[in-house]
Amino acid sequence: MQEGTPLQSRQINAELLRTILNSPKWFWIAISILGLIVLFAMAAAGIMINKGMGVTGLNRPVMWGFFITNFVFWIGISHAGVMLSAILRLSKAEWRRPATRAAEILTVFSLMTAMMMPLIHTGRPWRLVYWIYTLPFVPYDYARGIWPNVRSPLVWDPSAVYTYLTSSILFVIIALVPDFAVLRDRTTGMSNRIYGMLAMGWQGNPRQWKLQIIAGVLLSALILPVFVSVHSIVSWDFGMAVSVKSWHSTIFAPYFVVGAVHSGVSAVAFVLIILRYIYGWQNYIRHEHIDALGRLLIVVATGWFYFLVMEIIFGIYGREADEIAVRSLQFTVNPWAIWMLIFVVITYFLPVAIWLSKTGRRNLWIMSFACISVNIGMWLERFLIIVPGLARKQLLTFDWYTYRPSAIEWILVGGTFAMVSMLMLFIARVVPLIPLYDIKEAEILRTSIKIGRVSVPATFRED
Amino acid sequence: MVAQRVDHKWGMVVDLDRCTGCQACVVACQAENNIPINTKDYFQQRRAYEWIRIERYWEGQFPNVKAKFIPILCQHCENAPCEPVCPVFATYHNDEGMNVQIYNRCVGTRYCSVNCPYTVRFFNYWEPVWPERLRNQLNPDVTVRSRGIMEKCSFCVQRLRRGEVNVERRGLEPLTGERIPTADRKLNYRQMKEGNYLPSCVQACPTNALQFADQHDETGPVKEHFDEANEQIETREHGGHVDESHTRVYRLFEEIGTKPNVVYLKKVEPFPVEKA
Repeated sequence: MQEGTPLQSRQINAELLRTILNSPKWFWIAISILGLIVLFAMAAAGIMINKGMGVTGLNRPVMWGFFITNFVFWIGISHAGVMLSAILRLSKAEWRRPATRAAEILTVFSLMTAMMMPLIHTGRPWRLVYWIYTLPFVPYDYARGIWPNVRSPLVWDPSAVYTYLTSSILFVIIALVPDFAVLRDRTTGMSNRIYGMLAMGWQGNPRQWKLQIIAGVLLSALILPVFVSVHSIVSWDFGMAVSVKSWHSTIFAPYFVVGAVHSGVSAVAFVLIILRYIYGWQNYIRHEHIDALGRLLIVVATGWFYFLVMEIIFGIYGREADEIAVRSLQFTVNPWAIWMLIFVVITYFLPVAIWLSKTGRRNLWIMSFACISVNIGMWLERFLIIVPGLARKQLLTFDWYTYRPSAIEWILVGGTFAMVSMLMLFIARVVPLIPLYDIKEAEILRTSIKIGRVSVPATFRED
Repeated sequence: MVAQRVDHKWGMVVDLDRCTGCQACVVACQAENNIPINTKDYFQQRRAYEWIRIERYWEGQFPNVKAKFIPILCQHCENAPCEPVCPVFATYHNDEGMNVQIYNRCVGTRYCSVNCPYTVRFFNYWEPVWPERLRNQLNPDVTVRSRGIMEKCSFCVQRLRRGEVNVERRGLEPLTGERIPTADRKLNYRQMKEGNYLPSCVQACPTNALQFADQHDETGPVKEHFDEANEQIETREHGGHVDESHTRVYRLFEEIGTKPNVVYLKKVEPFPVEKA
């Protein structure tokens, strides 16, 4: 379906490239506020590395807290990119077009941010770089026969996430090549040279288009297994822990993947609304797109809710004393019980009630409210899985304790949000966040069907 | 010339009937293993280091209350949950039945502690500091750990190694200093006791609630209990039933399948507390 008036290519170029290399006053204000928060967070991380993990609120039973929660959260956000561009591309959903690139770029930035979390949460981050991360200039210490432990989920994690990051970056770049060429033709001087290099000699001839489309479709298909595996593997960080009763569950992998799509797609919908507002892209990010995302989210949220309920039922079904201890902490002891209630309401009941009504889906204010509430709720979900599970790990009640995050942890969590926003603003300044060629293709395919006396907007497709 | 390596499989038996909860083992361990001083803050933040700790549980309703004590230390599990999850192999199982922590490799992901059902792995949240007057009491045989790494009970591996070197390599009888014939050079329970090669908690226990020896050592106090415990595991693995009312031997959280090298003996209650 194509709502709105037809657009000319010239108009598309003009409006979508308006943001490029153009810095209005609010841009610098926003960047300096966000940058200040990021600087604060870097200072907090510096204090933590300098003084030790003692500055956090972690303790003996609860060895993981805000950082791991935040890690899982940002990995979850990153699942929007593939969900929107690969799956919807392969299933030929027309309404994906304006959302794809913002989603993919959000994927890349949230993955980068997420991977910082396990790095700084370790006791000796400078060693971790050396041991685990396979950076090209930091090889494994194979000379002494020391390799990472491939049985550890913490080795599977970076493997999966970096595969995902690499393929997401490739995906973004392949989709960007024609747009880089457009920018190359419209810039001068240094930026012209840079865009020229990035465009890699794109002339827009049929062979190049064919290769670009084949590469995009191939990558979409290849990225799908990675997409499913990434959050499965992140969930196995918890699922593999035999000793933490409430984590040791086989349902975690699908539960986490669906939850990730839930929070990721909501985040993308929110980003699109923001883009529409600050860049005035009413012609491109239309109500029909947000509406379609809302309808997709009803399905995803309900699937996720099913897994949530199943996870709880599987947990208490065995009626083992240690499992009951965790669940009674989650459901009956304050403040956990209050957080649990808030979490279920703001992640499922409130947003789905909004998305079920067309007015809710088409009102951008209500829609942004629903998307933010889902993301707060999904953050809480990870927190409510991680911390109560550790606080009531086993039946040695002598070791039970709780967790209170310190100021440093709050600042660092806030810093990650500021960092992703800042990076999104920066990238909006150098690349068009809505793919030009994709919109133009949609305009070419725009048609209308006459039903009786009414003319209905439609999309013409040659399959 | 490399001396013939002698096979050992160390094991500890904790007799809860004898434990009085006096905490002598905790203090001995603290002194032996260079454990940082547990300040009030450390306890309040729940970050205290206690490689062996006495857990105190109350049983019954007031006024019929009984305190029960259980010393909990690293169980040196055969199937240790902490080992597979470490990304850098900082913890592994050696061939003497001990779970060993390599401080140099540790990066501090804290996954091992998360995955330890007994919560006996301790993270150095702060750089450990000793007052000037206590610097000279540090044990030179034990590494002083820095911040950001995990540490845990080692079964006082430094003492065992010293015993192995003195008895098995040099062939010296601990008390008399006589030469032992090469064929008999195997560290046994008597030699460990005489040469102070037992773990410090075992040495310090005034009621002999903690016993330590080679699990195969006929002269040692632990063999019979380990034989019984292993029999239990075998019976359970073959689907049999273990009558727990006729035995005192059990392993902590046996259902997780960790197969600890520490065996507990149940407390005998001549006058059980009346259930309210």
